[in-house]
Amino acid sequence: MKLDVNGQVHDIASEPDTPLLYVLRDELHLNGAKYGCGLGQCGACTVLADGEAIFSCVTPIAALGGRRITTLEGLGTAARPGAVQRAFIEEQAAQCGFCIPGMIVRAEALLRAHPDPTEAQIRTALQPHLCRCGTHMRILKAVRRAAKA
Amino acid sequence: MRPARRDFLRRSGALVVSFALFPAARAQQPGGHEGDGLPGSLRTTPFLDSWIRIDASGAITVCTGKAELGQGIKTALLQVAAEELRVPFERLAIVTADTHATANEGFTAGSRSMQDSGTAIRNAAAQVRELIEAEAARRWNTGVDGVHSDAGFAIAADGRRAAYGELAAGLSLHVQAKPASRFVDPREYRVVNRPIPRVDIPGKVAGDVAYVHDLRLPGMLHARVVRPPSYGAKLVALDARTVESRPGVVKVIRDGDFVAVVAEREWTAVKAMRALAETAKWQESARLPDAASMPQVVLGLKSEDTVIHDKRAAVPAGARTFEATYTRPYQIHGSIGPACAVAHLQDGALTVWTHTQGVYPDRQAIAQLLGMPNEKVRLIHAEGAGCYGHNAADDAAGDASLIAAHLPGRPIRVQWMREQEHAWEPFGPAMVARVRAAMDANGRIVDWDYGVWSNTHSMRPGPAGNLLAGQHSAKAFQPAPPKPLPQPEGGGDRNAIPLYAIPSAHVVNHFIPEMPLRISALRALGAYLNVFAIESFMDELAAAAGADPVEFRLRHLEDARGRDVIELAASRFGWKPGVRAAAGRGRGFAFARYKNLAAYCAIACEVDVDAESGRARLVRAVAAVDSGQVVNPDGLRNQIEGAILQSASWTLYEAVSFDAARVRSIDWATYPILRFGAVPETVEVHIVDRPGMPFLGSGEAGQGPTAAAIANAVADAVGRRVRDIPLKAARLRATRG
Amino acid sequence: MTLIVAACASTEAPRPKVAAPRPAADKALLARGEALAALGNCRTCHTLPDGKSYAGGVPFKTAFGTVYSTNITPDVESGIGAWTEAEFIRAMREGVDREGHNLYPVFPYDHFTHVTDDDDRAIYAYLMSRTPVKARHPHNELVFPVNIRASMSVWKKLYFKPGPHQDDPARSRAYNRGAYLVDGLGHCGGCHTPRNAAGAEVPGRELDGGEAEGWHAYAINARSQAPTPWTEATLTAYLKHGWQADHGVSRGPMAPVTDELGDVPEEDLRAIATYLVTLMGSRAAEPAPAATQAAPSEGAAIYAGACAQCHDGTQPLPFGGIALPQSIGVSGESPRNLFNVILYGLPPAEGEAAPMMPAFEGALDDRQLTQLAAWLRVRFSRREPWTEAQLEHELREARRKGGEGARYPAGGNAIDPAKGS
Repeated sequence: MKLDVNGQVHDIASEPDTPLLYVLRDELHLNGAKYGCGLGQCGACTVLADGEAIFSCVTPIAALGGRRITTLEGLGTAARPGAVQRAFIEEQAAQCGFCIPGMIVRAEALLRAHPDPTEAQIRTALQPHLCRCGTHMRILKAVRRAAKA
Repeated sequence: MRPARRDFLRRSGALVVSFALFPAARAQQPGGHEGDGLPGSLRTTPFLDSWIRIDASGAITVCTGKAELGQGIKTALLQVAAEELRVPFERLAIVTADTHATANEGFTAGSRSMQDSGTAIRNAAAQVRELIEAEAARRWNTGVDGVHSDAGFAIAADGRRAAYGELAAGLSLHVQAKPASRFVDPREYRVVNRPIPRVDIPGKVAGDVAYVHDLRLPGMLHARVVRPPSYGAKLVALDARTVESRPGVVKVIRDGDFVAVVAEREWTAVKAMRALAETAKWQESARLPDAASMPQVVLGLKSEDTVIHDKRAAVPAGARTFEATYTRPYQIHGSIGPACAVAHLQDGALTVWTHTQGVYPDRQAIAQLLGMPNEKVRLIHAEGAGCYGHNAADDAAGDASLIAAHLPGRPIRVQWMREQEHAWEPFGPAMVARVRAAMDANGRIVDWDYGVWSNTHSMRPGPAGNLLAGQHSAKAFQPAPPKPLPQPEGGGDRNAIPLYAIPSAHVVNHFIPEMPLRISALRALGAYLNVFAIESFMDELAAAAGADPVEFRLRHLEDARGRDVIELAASRFGWKPGVRAAAGRGRGFAFARYKNLAAYCAIACEVDVDAESGRARLVRAVAAVDSGQVVNPDGLRNQIEGAILQSASWTLYEAVSFDAARVRSIDWATYPILRFGAVPETVEVHIVDRPGMPFLGSGEAGQGPTAAAIANAVADAVGRRVRDIPLKAARLRATRG
Repeated sequence: MTLIVAACASTEAPRPKVAAPRPAADKALLARGEALAALGNCRTCHTLPDGKSYAGGVPFKTAFGTVYSTNITPDVESGIGAWTEAEFIRAMREGVDREGHNLYPVFPYDHFTHVTDDDDRAIYAYLMSRTPVKARHPHNELVFPVNIRASMSVWKKLYFKPGPHQDDPARSRAYNRGAYLVDGLGHCGGCHTPRNAAGAEVPGRELDGGEAEGWHAYAINARSQAPTPWTEATLTAYLKHGWQADHGVSRGPMAPVTDELGDVPEEDLRAIATYLVTLMGSRAAEPAPAATQAAPSEGAAIYAGACAQCHDGTQPLPFGGIALPQSIGVSGESPRNLFNVILYGLPPAEGEAAPMMPAFEGALDDRQLTQLAAWLRVRFSRREPWTEAQLEHELREARRKGGEGARYPAGGNAIDPAKGS
């Protein structure tokens, strides 16, 4: 089947029941979405489908034909980071960094829908995401910073 | 754009050959004597070019045996090197833990990286600069005092200059370090003690290849292990044939009780693993203790008792005695990214990419596992998610290696599942501490009796038997007998000796060899429970003495740096004796010096406790930390903030769940951790600057004080003391009626 | 004319607010009051999320506008601190406030009227022992003429039969106790009975199934569609723990109910179960549907990639989700809750081990959701397939209203994973 990822249409060889996460990482060599739990509990695999945040670890590609998928890589590069990525760099909002791509993608979805979110809205939006290193305060600061930019 | 790190896929042999396989390598075993008297890791790896290399083009590479765990060590070490070399920060590259390329610095653990590696690099860089300046002086036929360095050039008094690369071409850096170095004056620091942005973050927020999980090698296969349902289970039956005949499945491996499936695609491997697991029949024999009475179980196990502190003085008559028992359950590391490793056995040589904290010890275990000589096994550190100690990383490396041995010629990638990580990682051990103290009429502690009961806090490889692959394979390697980690570092007894000035004190370490559940090192080791116990008890004593908790601590503390962090935290928090928090809230304070020889940390905090449900939340925390010479203040703050939130989660929520046979907490639903809904309003970290002082390890300094500060704040809020971690809602709920 | 006169006649002059004299309350009375308040679940309707207990302010969207729950802490100014015991009992029995004004039946006095005076006294004592909280709330926003309290007299005349519960002498003690609790404090019909256009429970259709916060409240009488019939033991366990292996997890607006019931004496829960199971009548357990039942379809591929990892997994019950052949979500009379659960998931509980489920709202579109639900119905139940119209309607309603009731984490006091199944 075909998948539109970050504006490019790809021919996908994986079986239809394959969760999007493995297609992104193994077929398309995109590293942003991560395997954290495979159960939709931690948010590390989060990507956007038509601008809405989804867990790529529990979404089979069979469900995504015709959707526009955006991953972390679609938001910017190390040389030219997008607004949310830049905010995370400026706030140094990462320790091991493993959970951060999911946070960035979720923040992107939030800010597209609510460009000026309240603190409560930010915290609620990030509730599906886990961070074990305890970087929460900086993550919140980075999202606030991105909202102001 | 500076080269942030070498691409570990394309690391060529050429640069490495001059270093790795020759006599110098033998000096790299810890315990080697060649460098005795040298500072930091120079003691075991005394040659300068083990740490700093300059090629003809002037490219400078820093080499460290430590690993980036997300604590920012690469950046910090680059800062140290750049400062002492007098080279722009952006010009440096860094190579981390690789058995064929870097020093053997043991484990990246114990908050020792700056002390061990930072000190070695600081000295090596300073001495390399001295050699370069001397070479310049020789060439210009001038006194070395007339030569100084800046921006990668040696510069003469008359303005002549020569680039490092040019000068280094005529030098050998393969010289032993001297015991002392001529350092840059801390007052002239340009990069040390500056919040230099981390070199690895831009790539991580953009999706660049950054973790071992991102490795893709040509011909790589995907593997999944089928783990037994419980400790010691034996495989009785397995239908490998049906699964092996599935399209895309390359092989099912059965090696004793070790079962794995290898496939072309990752999802195929996952599905095959599930199908294979369903056909597996195990004979289980594990008998786990009753989780609810773990403290009694701990106290009932046989222990080897060592007095670690004994100072006796007469106790005045009329002194009141108090006693309390504090406990902690098994807790997990819970890395957000389950363990992963890639192993490739080719032409009799094995290469493993792994996020182990110790490439050399893990290499030894894997070499033993496969019956190969050490030199034929290369372990290269590639980042994982935060590990917080000895988690499943080493085991994943062992799994991948064992599978690679069954499928030589193909790179094998093993990814642990979330459920496997939760159930099989080595936990932080359950512990009990008992304390009894006597206080005189003036509210001074005059006698102190403390005992801590715990397993070892390290079952790291070590031997192949410390790896699950080793235990489960047909060779059935045995784990090493557990050993206590000696003072002054300590294991279960880390921070068991209070820093307070107490005239008469007796501290006993009750080391328990028997391990009902699999355990090893979790961030802060025994210090988490010991500081929780000591600092909770200090509050209990303060209350009995009618004293303010902060003042009570100062009353007993002579260490000036300790007093400074206590006063700073209290003042920034706005701590005023006698001023109470709002209804439903409480405030608490705690202090410790990690290991009594590393960083000082004091924390004041405020919690909110809902009386009806008993649910407690940390709402505000203010910390003060003294790390000696600070290398990266932002990195330091990041680590302490992280420690506070992680420890808050441990302290309020976390305990491994298990029944009579199996571990039952196997995902984030059954083992919940902190989520954004409960994150505090504010966390502040204030740093006490100590220019020129030795580096003090800080990565673990916040765990213990946070636990105690929260417990003290909760006691303040509910008017009742809870001494058992976790401080769950059921324990804090207002009593009925 | 007569009605208005009658309404005026029932109004009394406003009286000053001073702390009411209260009868002495011993520990036993308070404990009983606490258990009864849990059975009546005063807390959930009278406490905002993250708010102080019993301080009110929760908005209830009705067909006639929004009503806000009142502050029932013993604060004199803004709570019920000035209320006497007699006034409290009258409110429960007759649905009027301290001044005699009608209360809106969002406060289910059509059920609480059955509560005995003695039980009302215990509840009063318990509420008066709570922490007083100063909290004022927005005015109700209701359409005319409902916004005039006097108009409720008409509604009461038609739909409200005040008076305490009457036991049935032909039935057992447990049955009668259960009937008393279900019809009275439990106000189960408040969600589980269908309502008419006037917002009243339809007489003669008690417990036939209803709606709350966008979620379907299943029939819990002879019309129950549970694949495995409830027994007294299993229903008691479900009410106490918030889950049961043959039936699933209490979720949506039922979650806070079982949260509260976990603290109620077990014999009361057994009585409720006895009564309801008697109403359900006896029915043989149904065999599980055969695995070959459903034709492969898009629904099957979605299930394999999205659902199977937990629902066919090895997590101990109830954490991985129950086996779907047991699920009322799939076998029930309405697909509404199935859609709610798939769309919104089951949020994690704070700091407690609890079942959780990810939200699929962004991942699956309407067509995929109806395909999936239709496939699940055929694959995992023995009931008539839902019609396309039914599926589309219920999905639309789930998207429109279900999010409200989805915010509650799974119900039940902390579940120990070691003791799960």
